[in-house]
Amino acid sequence: MNRKTLIEQLARFQSFLALALMVIALSLASNNFLTVDNTMNVLRQISINLCLSLGMTLVILSGGIDLSVGSVLALAGAVAAGLLKNGLALPRFNLLVQFTVPGAIVTGIAVGLALGSFNGLAVTRFKLPPFVATLGMLSIARGLTMLWTGGFPVTGLGDDFGRLGTGHALGIPMPVWISAALVALFIVVTRRTRFGRHLYAVGGNERAATLSGLAVPRIKLMVYTLGGGLAAVAGLLVTARLDSATPNAGLGYELDSIAAVVIGGTSLSGGRGSILGTVLGCLIIGILNNGLFLLDVSPFWQQVVKGFVILAAVAVDKASKAER
Amino acid sequence: MNPPVSNATETDVLLEARGITKAFPGVRALEDVQITVRRGRVNALLGENGAGKSTMMNILAGVFPPDAGEIFLAGRPVRFASPSAAQQAGISIIFQELNLVPHLSIAENIFLGREPRNAVGLLDYARMNRDTRALLTELELDADPRTPVARLRVGAQQVVEIARAVSFRSRVVIMDEPTSAITEHEVAVLFRLIRQLKARGTGIVYITHKLDELEEIADDITVFRDGRLIATRPFADTTRDEMVRLMVGRDLTDLFPKTSTTAGNEMLRVRNISLRHPERAGDFVVHDVSFSVRRGEVLGLFGLMGAGRTELLQTIFGLHPRAATGEIWIEGQPVCIRSPRAAIDAGLALAPEDRKGDGLVLMHSVVENTTLACLEKISRCGLLRPALECDLVSRYVERLHVRTPTLHQAVRHLSGGNQQKVVLAKWLATEPKILLLDEPMRGIDINAKKEIYALVDELAHNGLAVVMVSSELPEILAIADRILVLAEGRVTAEFARGAATEETILQAALPGGRN
Repeated sequence: MNRKTLIEQLARFQSFLALALMVIALSLASNNFLTVDNTMNVLRQISINLCLSLGMTLVILSGGIDLSVGSVLALAGAVAAGLLKNGLALPRFNLLVQFTVPGAIVTGIAVGLALGSFNGLAVTRFKLPPFVATLGMLSIARGLTMLWTGGFPVTGLGDDFGRLGTGHALGIPMPVWISAALVALFIVVTRRTRFGRHLYAVGGNERAATLSGLAVPRIKLMVYTLGGGLAAVAGLLVTARLDSATPNAGLGYELDSIAAVVIGGTSLSGGRGSILGTVLGCLIIGILNNGLFLLDVSPFWQQVVKGFVILAAVAVDKASKAER
Repeated sequence: MNPPVSNATETDVLLEARGITKAFPGVRALEDVQITVRRGRVNALLGENGAGKSTMMNILAGVFPPDAGEIFLAGRPVRFASPSAAQQAGISIIFQELNLVPHLSIAENIFLGREPRNAVGLLDYARMNRDTRALLTELELDADPRTPVARLRVGAQQVVEIARAVSFRSRVVIMDEPTSAITEHEVAVLFRLIRQLKARGTGIVYITHKLDELEEIADDITVFRDGRLIATRPFADTTRDEMVRLMVGRDLTDLFPKTSTTAGNEMLRVRNISLRHPERAGDFVVHDVSFSVRRGEVLGLFGLMGAGRTELLQTIFGLHPRAATGEIWIEGQPVCIRSPRAAIDAGLALAPEDRKGDGLVLMHSVVENTTLACLEKISRCGLLRPALECDLVSRYVERLHVRTPTLHQAVRHLSGGNQQKVVLAKWLATEPKILLLDEPMRGIDINAKKEIYALVDELAHNGLAVVMVSSELPEILAIADRILVLAEGRVTAEFARGAATEETILQAALPGGRN
């Protein structure tokens, strides 16, 4: 029993241990690593992936997957940027609707929520496997982004909007504040709300959840909708930070996000995992990228290393669970 | 015709297992048991549910290894790594649960994993279908080998399973309740086949509850009880009463004393409940079933595999809103139940048959499982209140004597009986008026059975209406105030407590009895 609890404790903290080891190793290897500037830089970089990964965690906990987050990120950012810069022309009514910064932000998030709920409906009403439904959306949203932007970046969005990505408060970048607030919110949602409990139950055993009277389709719809909304928030942060919405924004981000969730110990089959784990997963990936960059490792090798980290993380997770 | 065992020479022993012990988390399934299979003889393995028969069979068939003990095949020690290894060594098995791939044809199922191939290495369908047709003719099953097994009725599927096991020409065939779903005629054909196999020198282990069948085929009997070997002796030397005593070891009515309760008002009435068959148009899984249950009453629902017991409970619980018809009243009020949520709100609770698949989220804790169906009771505005939750759960854990190291233990680590108690705790926490129990005592040890029996009795005594499905006749005879028998989706008989015997119930439960 003692041995068992020890292993369980270790399993719970394994990503934390990995992170601590990485931080120690990197601060020994590079003088530039453990500085305030670099720390803020890393945190700001991961805040994008963190927003995506929060949504991804919810989706994976419910037993699904969302491959469309990168494309949803791009479309939401592009829509907000386009509306902010050019407004919305309605030729039929001979009307040009101008958007304020909050208006553009709300619309961008609404786009994300709408695309997410489309995913949710595809999964619940049309019974498509989540992999397929969101693979479709990956293509649809990317195509819509191209159509909306004409294939060109939308730039020059103004300082008010830009502050969302580049501003600071109390010396900490805005994206970090925003993602931290969302982390706190979703920790409460997953651990202390009925919806959170439902989410775990649906992912853990959908039939048992149904028989216990849970509205499984509604829960799933909600999860995908939130996933889309969080991807949109990430899209706004990217766009604001670069002062530009590029049609290729977020390409391949779904993979980093899934990697963060998995490294964080969330089971891909659903029902087990945590937001905190995902935060650690994002930190590990972010610090790994940053550290390898500081150590002058080629970006190509960074990819290879990241791949092995994912495999190692999941292998260790599996081994520690088999032990029990 | 049945030479006594002592005369059989050692060379007649085909398969022998000695000192077999096997434990599962929280349950000691087998303890130091042995079984011997001899050439050309049927050894009937008897015992109640939970006696360890199926565990023994799984060990012989290589499904899992024993913790201790040895298996000898024709005198040589063997260890099977997998069912296919056992099969190659000459042991084949007819599982109680059907192990067919529904969308493959009869022939494809029979040759699964050892498909004949032609000169170029492609599947030799002509030969597969020809051989299958020969097998089916031998078993008098009138079906095209190319029919997908999903289109066969359950009994016919069981015959296919038998055909598959026989087709290996194994030295030892193990049959786990092969007659649980087949018609009388099919039983006769099976028995003829068994006699042929015996004549050919095949050794057979025949697992059953139905003692009447033994007369026709058994040479020896082996009795297990609570994971131990109780007796092994020639069938001819044993009377039926002796067998029952060996199996049960005690009087069941002593084990399960029933509190007498006068039934109160009518709690649940269902009328003309029907459920369409998911695949065969025009066919029904549940057909025009009507019944009622009163406060304080335990209604037993008995039926063989495929009789529609589980589906009937599921239909009442709102799981098949599109395929089902019929009317339901609760406490005299007509209700419309089109989802489990609506059923729960109306005061129903359903503890499903498949505890692990349908009843629990195995990786989650006792707490999370217990409150899953009543989260609104422990939350305010969607926010959970952990203190309230812990209170509620510990109350039920105490009341049901759930043995768990902590409330936060994952239920997957609990024994079957304790898992079942968690399922019941979950449903009692919803404070239902009517409790639907689907095989609540399946696969749990005798002590847990006793506790659950006592609990059901107490719940009924305190005013709950209980509908309990069971395929165990002694169980249902002991617990039910009234017994309803289902066969092929229809109610075929109703008995008051004391008016039924195992024989009359079984008679009513046999399919085809009406035609």
